[in-house]
Amino acid sequence: MFNLDRRLIKNFDWLTLIVVLAIAIIGIITIYSATRPLPLEEQSVFYIKQVFWLVFGIISLFLVSLFDYIWLSRLSIYFYIIGIILLIGVLILGSSGMGAQRWLSVGHFSFQPSEIFKLFYIIMLSQHLSSINGPLNTVSLLRIFLMIVLVPFSLLFKQPDLGTALIIFLLFVLLVIVKGLHKKVAILFVILSLISLPFFGSIFWEGLKDYQKSRIVAFMEPKEDLTGIGYHITQSKITVGSGGLIGKGYLEGTQGPFRFLPEKHTDFIFSVFAEEWGFLGSLLLLFLYLMIILRGVDTARTAKDEFGKFLALGITFMFSIYFFVNVGMTLGMMPVVGIPLPFMSYGGTALLSNLLAIGILINIRLRRFHLF
Amino acid sequence: MKTKEESEKFFLISYIVIAAFLLLIIRLWQLQVLQGNKYRKLSEANRLRIITIPAPRGIIYDRNGIPLVKNSSYNCASVIPGEFDRGKAETLARFLRVPADEIINKLNVKDLSPFVPVRLKEGLSFNELAYIESRRSDFPGMIIEADISREYIYGDLGAHLVGYLGKLTPSQTEDAAFDDVPLDAFIGQWGVEKLLDKSLRGIPGKRIIEVDALGRELRLLQEKSPVKGEDVTLSLDINLQKEAERAFGERAGALVAINPKNGEILGMISKPSFDPNLFTKRISHKDWTSLTHDMKNPMLNRALQSQYPPGSTFKIVTAIAGLEEGVITPETKIECHGGISYGRWHFGCWRKHGHGVISLHRAIVESCDVYFYEVGRRLGIDRIYNYAMKLGLGRKTGIELGTERKGLVPNTKWKMETKKLPWFLGETFNTSIGQGYVTATPLQMAVLTGVIVNGGDLFKPTLIKGAKPIISGKVKIRPETLEIINTGLTGVVNESSGTGWAAKSPTTQIGGKTGTAQVVASRYFSQRFRDHAWFIAFAPVEKPEIALSVFVEHGGHGGAAAAPIARRAIEAYLNEKSRDFKDLNVQSRSQTNKEF
Repeated sequence: MFNLDRRLIKNFDWLTLIVVLAIAIIGIITIYSATRPLPLEEQSVFYIKQVFWLVFGIISLFLVSLFDYIWLSRLSIYFYIIGIILLIGVLILGSSGMGAQRWLSVGHFSFQPSEIFKLFYIIMLSQHLSSINGPLNTVSLLRIFLMIVLVPFSLLFKQPDLGTALIIFLLFVLLVIVKGLHKKVAILFVILSLISLPFFGSIFWEGLKDYQKSRIVAFMEPKEDLTGIGYHITQSKITVGSGGLIGKGYLEGTQGPFRFLPEKHTDFIFSVFAEEWGFLGSLLLLFLYLMIILRGVDTARTAKDEFGKFLALGITFMFSIYFFVNVGMTLGMMPVVGIPLPFMSYGGTALLSNLLAIGILINIRLRRFHLF
Repeated sequence: MKTKEESEKFFLISYIVIAAFLLLIIRLWQLQVLQGNKYRKLSEANRLRIITIPAPRGIIYDRNGIPLVKNSSYNCASVIPGEFDRGKAETLARFLRVPADEIINKLNVKDLSPFVPVRLKEGLSFNELAYIESRRSDFPGMIIEADISREYIYGDLGAHLVGYLGKLTPSQTEDAAFDDVPLDAFIGQWGVEKLLDKSLRGIPGKRIIEVDALGRELRLLQEKSPVKGEDVTLSLDINLQKEAERAFGERAGALVAINPKNGEILGMISKPSFDPNLFTKRISHKDWTSLTHDMKNPMLNRALQSQYPPGSTFKIVTAIAGLEEGVITPETKIECHGGISYGRWHFGCWRKHGHGVISLHRAIVESCDVYFYEVGRRLGIDRIYNYAMKLGLGRKTGIELGTERKGLVPNTKWKMETKKLPWFLGETFNTSIGQGYVTATPLQMAVLTGVIVNGGDLFKPTLIKGAKPIISGKVKIRPETLEIINTGLTGVVNESSGTGWAAKSPTTQIGGKTGTAQVVASRYFSQRFRDHAWFIAFAPVEKPEIALSVFVEHGGHGGAAAAPIARRAIEAYLNEKSRDFKDLNVQSRSQTNKEF
């Protein structure tokens, strides 16, 4: 093992690591700015907490990239079961924030099992898809849906963690498309979806909590509701737009600290960044994200086996969905779904699980040549 | 490896991702570059306003629960620096009728928060208020703020004791102890207001409001309610104060009344006084100069800051020292021929024809000087000094009320150190009757009276009703001695030959001692040649509830000038007390008697 150290270092995907680290540091700097206190108040400690999580996450990232990812395939079923148990645990014991139960507390430490679960889910799905030869037929498609997707989807929907539930479903759809379907199955898939859409939609709508409904209404008609969710969208657009070409300058943004922008250090962190760094800064930040995503797609393309391919693709899709939905939301292109921006938003569990996911990506790339 | 088809799949994914990125970039371009100006204006329209809600100050009550102060609200015109266009400062100054440079200076303070209003004009009248409100739209950023001001119901009555409020002084703004006090706030600067400022002050609340560019309030972001300051009940009796004040009339002087059983201050008058209401709305320069440059010095609290020879009231000290040291007994007889000679000097008695052969009781009642010259001669100055110090003279009483002076009790050591001269017997004669070097404050004399009637406990005077009494010293005096002194002092007021006859009251039996402090002739103040008048008193004699001292500047003889004031103060206090448990008949009788 130690003889291989040299190649390990040489083939290690430093580019991805450095880009991710850069985004995370930009995130901490922006969290600091966004949570600047009003007069008569104290500076919050969000940014310090985030630094601790970053250090912890980077160490975990290295640990995850050390061993061959084939172990993930072998242990996938156990991870998945643990993940499901955690989700049930949240429903029973969880504490709620903003009308939803998402956290589990152990002593002073509280974390969001759904963040970790996503990884276990992708591993499980990749393992299963890679074990099937050729395109999927109706039976295997239904089996995957019923065995792997339906249970966590329902649990997450119940919490309710709408964002994660949708991502789990989207990942299933995307990975199945990549895997390929028999023509007949594909046609059936599309027709069934179209028929069930209105029916499913109404169940979906009934199942939503009021604040979720108002987000969707607000997205359609932002002017309707200037103090509620529509206010969030309007304020986010003001925040981004007022940055102009070159931005207001670091620590010069007013929207976040003065409380005009809600969730400024979590879901709307991009707006705060765009306000202070302008169009040019945002362009650079978007470019960094683009590099991670394209690199992830390339890792999937060059993976040495099917499991690695689906795993890398699943993780990359996850980041892409998060990124596009979050940034789209801050720019008023998507409804407010309440999902964070990977590596930047304040949130310990999310940062840790995202860095673990990056560790897995690096692991797959490191072992792409059947050498190890 | 896999086929070409497989690779194309991945390139397709990459293209989709890149296309999505282009969409985001286009949207960013649209928001930030094309519509950037519009959104920048909107972001500037998002404003905050931080309003402090003043905390009502604790109320100060007299011992019977009568409020001495009240809080009333008033309005000010203020501007929010972040919303106000400074170019309009001069127009606004003309509109509000305040000097333009005053407004400009206030807005040019360093580190000014853009959200916290700055007060430009305080205490608006109703007409001004209506006028400003109607023109508010001409001056964006101008608001009307409400604040609470302090009103002193009894004006100059007891002003030295209750004190007044003022803005932070420059040295206080630097002081960390006042960090939590808003710059515009009034805090206690004198008297009880200052002493108990921390608990009276309360905690101001605040309100953070979101407003639009026109200053319209959109919504409340945060609110903290103010916490009212704690009320305080003083030991002061406002009825006693009122009556004593009336008795003083236009004369200058001081009165201090204490409860001899616990050291509570029942009354404190210092004349002339000042109106503390002048200070509550930023005292004008003219008023301040007239107060501080007044020859009569109204800002001086004469009760504890002016010291005078105690005159014949000091004979009590000499008598106690004589009896305790055994140089005289109650039966000791001394002959008074109207004076004694010592060397080249003649020491006269106030009664030029003399008192004849008298004992201690008559010497006290008639205030015979010659008798006490002899007692003083037998004691020597240093033994008189010891007893005077034990009875609380020559040192601070410890009252927590501004700067207190400690008076002076001379002895041989003191004279050698300060005058570099040996002590003369003639100076002992002078000291024995309270003239010469010895001085005391009215407060010290009131405390001394308390010690004599309570059996020897020297209490630290306190202003708070029900405060735990603090004994600052105990004097060992034999009960027989105290008995003789008290009988003597009762005689001063109640016997026909007593010098304090003017204090005789039909409602209660009063004991006391007159004193007259000689004023040394001065070329500059020839019109003020009259002596100072003293009177110390206690009542009722069998079980004293009040001990007091009265001092009248240039009042003439103590018996004539000061004794009536003491009587009226005592009657006012004891009548008020008796009203609590005696029936109406007694009350009406005592009132008729007072007019007598």
